[in-house]
Amino acid sequence: MAITGKIHSFESFGTVDGPGIRFVVFAQGCPLRCLYCHNPDTWDAGKGKIEMTAQELVAEVVRYKNFIQKKGGVTFTGGEPLLQAAFVRDFFTLCQQEQLHTALDTSGCLLNESVKELLNVTDLVLLDVKSIDAAEYKHLTSGVLDHTLAFLDYLQQIGKATWVRHVLVPQLTDNDERLHQLATYLKRYSVVEKVELLPYHKLGIFKYEALGMTDPLAHTESLSHERLQHARDIFMSHGLTVL
Amino acid sequence: MQFYNKKWDSFKGDVWKREVDVRNFIQNNYTPYTGDDTFLVESTERTKQVWQKLTDMFEVERTKGVYDAETKYPSGIDVYGPGYIDKENEVIVGVQTDAPLKRGIYPKGGLRMVENALEAYGYEIDPMTKEIFTRYRKTHNEGVFSAYTAEMVACRKSAIITGLPDAYGRGRIIGDYRRVALYGTDILLLDKKQQLERLDMHEITVELIQQREEVSEQINAMKRFVKMCASYGFDVTKPAQNAREAVQFVYFAYLAATKDQDGAAMSLGRTSTFLDIYIQQDIAAGLLTEEEAQELIDQFIIKLRIIRFLRTPEYNDLFSGDPVWVTESLGGQGIDGRTLVTKTSYRYLHTLYNLGPAPEPNLTVLWSANSPENWKKFCAKVSVNTSAIQYENDDLMRSDYGDDYGIACCVSPMKIGKQMQLFGARANLAKCLLYAINGGRDEKSGVQVSPAFSPITSEYLDYDEVMQKFDQMMRWLARVYVNTLKIIHYMHDKYAYEAFEMALHDLEVQRIRATGIAGLSIVTDSLAAIRDCKVKVIRDERGLAVDFEREGDYVPFGNNDDRTDQIAIQITEKFMEYLRQHQTYRNAIPTQSILTITSNVVYGKKTGSTPDGRAAGTPFSPGANPMNGRDRNGAVAALASVAKLPFHHAHDGISYTFAIAPNALGKNMEARVDNLVNLLDGYFTPNGGQHLNVNVFNNELLIDAMEHPEKYPQLTIRVSGYAVNFVRLTREQQLDVISRTINDRI
Repeated sequence: MAITGKIHSFESFGTVDGPGIRFVVFAQGCPLRCLYCHNPDTWDAGKGKIEMTAQELVAEVVRYKNFIQKKGGVTFTGGEPLLQAAFVRDFFTLCQQEQLHTALDTSGCLLNESVKELLNVTDLVLLDVKSIDAAEYKHLTSGVLDHTLAFLDYLQQIGKATWVRHVLVPQLTDNDERLHQLATYLKRYSVVEKVELLPYHKLGIFKYEALGMTDPLAHTESLSHERLQHARDIFMSHGLTVL
Repeated sequence: MQFYNKKWDSFKGDVWKREVDVRNFIQNNYTPYTGDDTFLVESTERTKQVWQKLTDMFEVERTKGVYDAETKYPSGIDVYGPGYIDKENEVIVGVQTDAPLKRGIYPKGGLRMVENALEAYGYEIDPMTKEIFTRYRKTHNEGVFSAYTAEMVACRKSAIITGLPDAYGRGRIIGDYRRVALYGTDILLLDKKQQLERLDMHEITVELIQQREEVSEQINAMKRFVKMCASYGFDVTKPAQNAREAVQFVYFAYLAATKDQDGAAMSLGRTSTFLDIYIQQDIAAGLLTEEEAQELIDQFIIKLRIIRFLRTPEYNDLFSGDPVWVTESLGGQGIDGRTLVTKTSYRYLHTLYNLGPAPEPNLTVLWSANSPENWKKFCAKVSVNTSAIQYENDDLMRSDYGDDYGIACCVSPMKIGKQMQLFGARANLAKCLLYAINGGRDEKSGVQVSPAFSPITSEYLDYDEVMQKFDQMMRWLARVYVNTLKIIHYMHDKYAYEAFEMALHDLEVQRIRATGIAGLSIVTDSLAAIRDCKVKVIRDERGLAVDFEREGDYVPFGNNDDRTDQIAIQITEKFMEYLRQHQTYRNAIPTQSILTITSNVVYGKKTGSTPDGRAAGTPFSPGANPMNGRDRNGAVAALASVAKLPFHHAHDGISYTFAIAPNALGKNMEARVDNLVNLLDGYFTPNGGQHLNVNVFNNELLIDAMEHPEKYPQLTIRVSGYAVNFVRLTREQQLDVISRTINDRI
């Protein structure tokens, strides 16, 4: 029997998750509980609104081929796509057969055989490094930093094109010392083509309300433009390309 | 036929030298351009001075509503002597009346419109002029109302048919203004006289009488045009001898059309590549510099920006300011595979930087997959920076319209000089659906508008029953609609014939009868809801369905769901088939558009609650847009839905308006340009969408502009098929635009 994927939703005009216009698939289910998450509605793996096979999903994607084939492609994000690695692998395999570029947006929390097979059919990894400090990582995400770093090592080992993403949250990750530390760490990895700094925003706030949850960062402001520019300067000073 | 001018020796080709054929001249002589925009230059000092002088006048116009208006002499080609803005600095000359921004009056179309408009701005019509057009000279408007049936009047009043050109010029006719520059009027008059000789047939018929009278009128108009140009010191009887004359003659010809007619849309055509031939030739000969070439285009565009008609404030509210639809079509692909993009196509778009953004002229890029990549990127950059251009699918239209068509108004393609349109505004299909439910009684007034069909009386709506009644009502509406148009166009030809514009057409002109529909997405969503949910009817004490309650969910139009989108396709086809069942005036080809102009807000006000969940009085979506806030899969899914609407059943155009915040389009300028190019390439496949308006701005900016209009005099936005100054929209329209913008997504 074909594996089915649990999907939260689609975005047909993705312009911020990888290069070009992308068909973005949001996976349902995530093991992390990031304080600043703007998609808390994708956490619960049992709540997938859409369930479909890789063949069905690619049939949907192909309807948008005109728009995404030239410079864009397909991005699987979440939620955490690695929880459904076999499904995403099947899906990406079919996408590549359609000459579509595949991007995987992940926290790198898991690395097993199934994930390695998935990476074989992935053209670009968008690796979200939440923090370079183990204690802070734990505090922010309830996950383990070492998993992400091991994942990055593996990407380096197989020479997989990678964009590192990092969310800047006022009072939490918007910290000069940590940013220097992260930049210093990343520049050792030749597979890291770009660093993408994502300013914390308040657009997910209504989702917490709708889910009857308390937003842990209810009192945190959006990141200012100046601070974002400052952080960009830090990464560039280490010779990294910032998107 | 013997045509000749010495200037022609410098041009290639021979067919165009034997007969009037501008396309053949272009194809033989133009230079495609595939380079980038780095050759473009700033405006000259002279241009800046002219523009500054006008900018100060615009301020007065904005405050007063009109800058000045004529009250006595009806506008005409040679009614006024020359007028100037700043004579010393004007390189291209000519204004509509005797002074810039002074509006002319066109009582032949309708006296009441003139009287009311003058009165609204504190002027009074001259008593003698009023007497002439009351006692001695019948107008188009009077003609129409003397023939309308009671049913037509009722449809007009209830706004199931609206925007009919029965009180002013019908417009949407594009004269081939290039002919004047290429041939001069001596040759064109000779051609017309020969046409008249050809129309001397054995058997005189009513049709022939009409045609002979019209050609005679065309000849008279052309002679008046020669006088008009002479008053500015130009001899247009001979072909243009250089680039300056070419631009000047094309402008004069367009100007004469706007002196003769206050058409609802007075479009320019496709002039940039034609003029480029003269500019290239003069630059190559060392007679013209790039600065001077840009100066000619800047000053031409300045003149196009100040074309004005006197309209009532209600008209201006409906259309947001006073649009003229000076539509110019740029680029596109020749049937021989060469791009029609030239350096002058760039120069036209560059005016949006040199002079700042503006709604007019309505710059329309004919998009082809094979257009040069540099050009595509330049267009996208201009869109991101100015939101002032629209795009139409050349790869879709070229197979039917060739490579020398132009867009009239918003989205209506026609072969330049060979086709003209009998404009017919639009029918409100959402109201038609409510009439189907209410047996033809208007849901607001309660008046029986259609013949008394049996209404639906059940508590819950049944899809098959609704479809059967809607079908019946669409048939009725199509009949009364096309009959109304026959009266309008008969009377327009009789009382307000466009002699000058038609003088710049072939004799055997092909007429297109353009009807239109509004509310397609509401009808589609309503029918999907009735099919997939339980929809309960709420009736008032008159027994009229005034509201609906829905249990369950349906997928709305705009989510690329084939089951729903199929309904939209089916309704478009059906209504078109019913329109085709009727005879047309002067054997016109029947077509329809899916276009609302900005009247989507007003349509909303006049239409009761609909089964899709839309509350009474709330706006329709513009054109073929899906209803606001109903998309679940993002913008490309919406485009994919609209692209399914069949162009061969809506040849007059399918309008889609897209607004997005810069950050949602891409992270930086390079990504925004790339993404927009790919979006357009994706949408405009040979079987894809026909039209796309692109707006790129932040809602914060729009909200600030709404509160502080004085800070944003030039903020331009695209609405259904044209552009407007944002600050001139009514507040309701501004809020509607803001609510439709895609912002930073999550």
